[in-house]
Amino acid sequence: MAIASAINGAVRRVPAWPLYILGAAYVGWEFWSALTQQGAYAVEPINVLERQYGEAALLLLIAGLAVTPLRVWTGVNLIKFRRAIGLLAFFLVLAHFLVFVLLDVQSLSRVVTEVVKRPYVTVGFAAFVLLIPLALTSNNRAIRKLGPVRWRHLHKLVYPAAVLGALHYVWLVKGWPREPFIYMAVVIALLTLRLKWSQIRTLFVRRSRPADAS
Amino acid sequence: GLSGIAGRAVAQDALEPNTLEEITSYNNFYEFGTGKTDPAENAGAMVTDPWVVKVDGLVDNPGDYSLADLIDGMTIEDRIYRFRCVEAWSRVVPWQGFELADLLAKLGVQAGATHVAFETVVQPDNMPGVQRQVIDFPYVEGLRLDEAMHPLTIMATGLYGEPLPNQSGAPLRLVVPWKYGFKSIKSISRISLVDAQPATTWNLISAEEYGFYSNVNPTVDHPRWSQATERKIGGGLFAARQDTLMFNGYDDVASLYEGMDLSREY
Repeated sequence: MAIASAINGAVRRVPAWPLYILGAAYVGWEFWSALTQQGAYAVEPINVLERQYGEAALLLLIAGLAVTPLRVWTGVNLIKFRRAIGLLAFFLVLAHFLVFVLLDVQSLSRVVTEVVKRPYVTVGFAAFVLLIPLALTSNNRAIRKLGPVRWRHLHKLVYPAAVLGALHYVWLVKGWPREPFIYMAVVIALLTLRLKWSQIRTLFVRRSRPADAS
Repeated sequence: GLSGIAGRAVAQDALEPNTLEEITSYNNFYEFGTGKTDPAENAGAMVTDPWVVKVDGLVDNPGDYSLADLIDGMTIEDRIYRFRCVEAWSRVVPWQGFELADLLAKLGVQAGATHVAFETVVQPDNMPGVQRQVIDFPYVEGLRLDEAMHPLTIMATGLYGEPLPNQSGAPLRLVVPWKYGFKSIKSISRISLVDAQPATTWNLISAEEYGFYSNVNPTVDHPRWSQATERKIGGGLFAARQDTLMFNGYDDVASLYEGMDLSREY
């Protein structure tokens, strides 16, 4: 674990706030590229931007879910970045949703129809809604007000949100492209890892007690 | 949006073609990958010369035709057609090609043939999507004989006065402008005259989403998205949606479907 403690030592000196600037710069840069139709945005900027924001949101959700398993399994502790990662995930989902509403569908009544009628939109929208209370309580005051136990329970909503987000992508595509299934597999793996870890710990605790007693 | 006026549905005789870049850098051609830019990036590896088209089934003149022999005697003409993808985007393409009816006359359709079936070439070494089996290959499509014989149905060999780019279905593809784009099968290596409705790729993958006919129809939604509107690509970030037209605006073909319930036979 020498590497882990070296990383942790280095990380201690790195502040989390630049992540917000990087996130905002990313959203702005992609929007600018779409506006000026550069590179992949040359022909159909709306769909490409929508997908870009959506994929970035999924990646950030995955990064946020990876923090705990990483600490448990390797000792590398990136917890100080998790709030920024989670909030950025929410803002990417919001950006994705705004592109969908304002640029793609272009009508509020049609948006309502899509959310109600199309299951893949419904699950994506549900993931967005689940993330709203998490974004609103991602500050120290909210943690104090809720208390750490209730706050932690509330923030477990990120699990279903990530699954629904990945399902949203899987459900959208035609044929068998790789990306959506990889996202889904990673989300499930990260959630399973959590389950396994708590189960393993319970097992360990149960078995070690009689050993301690002897 | 900013281009709201330009985005309105245009009249048939005033179609403004998309640019060559808009037509050739945003494509579906799953043999080369499922991403929209994969065909432009990967299709260069497809070998289109020599090209052999197998003609079989209920025809007087079956055989393995070279491309030159197959299109010998055909009249190549310009056709500017709207192209409506099932994914609710569209564009306008200036094709060069000949009427499929002329080719079928040359091949000699025998009595008893009711449908035409087509196959796309499979070159696994040159096709990453085939290697990854993103769907089952070869890609297969088909038309009812009267649809195939309709004067709007062409076999395209060119685009903007040049031979078809590979990602657009070189060297020979079908274009059926009143149907969703996936019916217009690319890079054809086999044409069969048959006596029953042939299997078609997207129908095999998901029958409730993709019917055999797949006529452009704003009143019949895809189960996962609306078909009432479309976005003409190339309009930029603020491109307005435009209303999708029945039969993609090619009303002449309505008589082919008289007496059919197009919400059931979609």
